Amino acid sequence: MSRIAARFETLREQGRTALIPFVTAGDPAPEVTVPLMHAMVAAGADLIELGVPFSDPIADGPVIQRATERALALGVSLDDVLEMVRRFRLEDQATPVILMGYLNPIEVMGYTDFAHAAHAVGLDGALIVDVPPEEGHDLVAALKSQGLDLVYLLAPTSTAARISRIGAVATGFVYYVSVKGVTGSGQLDTAAVAEQVAIIKSLVSLPVGVGFGIGSPEAAAQVAKVADAVIVGSAIVRRIEAMAATPEHIPGAIATFLGSLRHAIDEVDAHVT
Amino acid sequence: MSTTADDRERGVMRDSSTGVPYDWPDAGGHFGPYGGMFVPETLMHPLEELRLAYMQHMADPRFLAELDADLRDYVGRPSPLYHAERWSRELGGAQIYLKREDLNHTGAHKVNNTIGQALLARRMGKTRIIAETGAGQHGVASATVAARLGLQCVVYMGEVDVARQKSNVYRMRLLGADVVAVSSGSRTLKDALNEAMRDWVTNVDDTFYIIGTVAGPHPYPTMVRDFQAVIGREARVQMLERTGRLPDALVACVGGGSNAIGLFHPFIADAQVAIHGVEAAGAGLHTGRHAAPLCAGRPGVLHGNRTYLMEDHHGQIIETHSISAGLDYPGVGPEHAWLKDSGRAHYHAVTDDEALRAFHHLTRTEGIIPALETSHALAFVNQLAPTMGRDQTIIVNLSGRGDKDMHTVASHDGQQQ
Repeated sequence: MSRIAARFETLREQGRTALIPFVTAGDPAPEVTVPLMHAMVAAGADLIELGVPFSDPIADGPVIQRATERALALGVSLDDVLEMVRRFRLEDQATPVILMGYLNPIEVMGYTDFAHAAHAVGLDGALIVDVPPEEGHDLVAALKSQGLDLVYLLAPTSTAARISRIGAVATGFVYYVSVKGVTGSGQLDTAAVAEQVAIIKSLVSLPVGVGFGIGSPEAAAQVAKVADAVIVGSAIVRRIEAMAATPEHIPGAIATFLGSLRHAIDEVDAHVT
Repeated sequence: MSTTADDRERGVMRDSSTGVPYDWPDAGGHFGPYGGMFVPETLMHPLEELRLAYMQHMADPRFLAELDADLRDYVGRPSPLYHAERWSRELGGAQIYLKREDLNHTGAHKVNNTIGQALLARRMGKTRIIAETGAGQHGVASATVAARLGLQCVVYMGEVDVARQKSNVYRMRLLGADVVAVSSGSRTLKDALNEAMRDWVTNVDDTFYIIGTVAGPHPYPTMVRDFQAVIGREARVQMLERTGRLPDALVACVGGGSNAIGLFHPFIADAQVAIHGVEAAGAGLHTGRHAAPLCAGRPGVLHGNRTYLMEDHHGQIIETHSISAGLDYPGVGPEHAWLKDSGRAHYHAVTDDEALRAFHHLTRTEGIIPALETSHALAFVNQLAPTMGRDQTIIVNLSGRGDKDMHTVASHDGQQQ
């Protein structure tokens, strides 16, 4: 069983909803990322999504675009991000880590080389935003050969036929994009999300995470009622940006914020069970 | 073996001597390994809806009649095929014919595509169109058709381009478009495209994204090609009427590559016709300051398709340079990537200085002021024509007029003095 599957299995047995934070690797400085990952785990993160900086992030809103530009200005590459995962694994062998990003850096490294390198550093999977299942065949094969999961997105525009098809090829979990829009945008319509997650759960056997637009403990609690995982990105990255000049404060402050999300989710979980 | 009735129905062209079919793209929008649909999941279903609507309406005689009437009465088609006799005589080789897309309404080939896509948008019930633009030509062509059809129009343009193409920004605003200056990334065309994609993801229910070139996810490269192929279809008929035979060579400039594919496509199965695309070598390929992904880049994935790109060894897209804003793009249409690899077309690159010299030369020799983009194709003709016989012919796509470039040329020439 993959580390991701094992983690979701444990959470299911405990009746708990996963909390998945996203941070852009190397933002605001490469040396911040690994300590930040450990701090997030200590504050209740169940899985970590590490953003790989790319020059043309078409699915990202302004907050993550700026984080990407800060990391790229420091020359943070896919190799560097894999190295961060390796260092994280020296101290934490339990928490799953996936990369989230765009295809071109992996395309240039080569799918096979990427899969081998990812396996070697202890990465658990990848979510490549601009790879729908129609284009994912070769990448899935390469990742699978190294025991890595490929997490796919589902969107409000996904038809039932697409949801089934994606559920059949995705591994680890599926990531439901809760709003039509870019990361960090829009008002969360929790009723619509609940309806769509119910449809997804009737068609897909994997755990369902929900992300895009969840920025507060209240929103996290709402989503935790229906989803298997709550994914929070821009709300964290915005806080990192505000502390870019004092990076030593980042792990502690983000841990405090994640703690508030964790608490809100746990209250919902306790109520449900 | 020649093209059969069934081939025609399916849009398949066959090489007249070998019978080898050219029927790219495949069902997934691939041209060999290039093209495809590399987009976030949110856009997959809307792209499928677009593909189906496009196929349905392109098979509808009423839609085609409406498109033809607009191209005739609003755009001014067919555009003339002009024999540039003085220039041909001077070069002493092949006879050069200019396909006068500069005489279209709005001054370039771009409107052929925006008319088609805007009619499609209206048929799909979309009330808002968005577009990206570099030099502003596609933005103006989009704002123009939006004004005519009463559609709301938002044009994304990099901050750098807004500053260097002021008159086109003013034209778009006169036409009622909302021009949004994009301040992310390199603040040029690629970033305008990123921002337009983000808008589309957000407003996908009522918005139609008019992509201006043969790039982007499937079905855009095919759809834009089909709307621009009117250039080559006309040129083919005009050349046969004029000389009784096909041209020996075709030449067009390539940024994203829509004017080039529009001229080339109806001739792809005619193996005896040589095809030349001309990229922007900027300050020179050896300097790295250029916009020539086919000549000096390598394959990757950007803006929804796999194609040749300007990128660093980590897969980050790098900044391009060309004196012509319309060629200043780090990618190129996937069909060009395939035509290059398959050897059917040949790609060359011309520097800023060579393009400027060709700009002045055509202006003084034929009394036609070309766009700086087009001037790259003209500069290559200066090399090609003398190597050919006087009984041979070249068609050059005169893709746009140079009015928009007066300021750029004046300031550049001023620096030289």
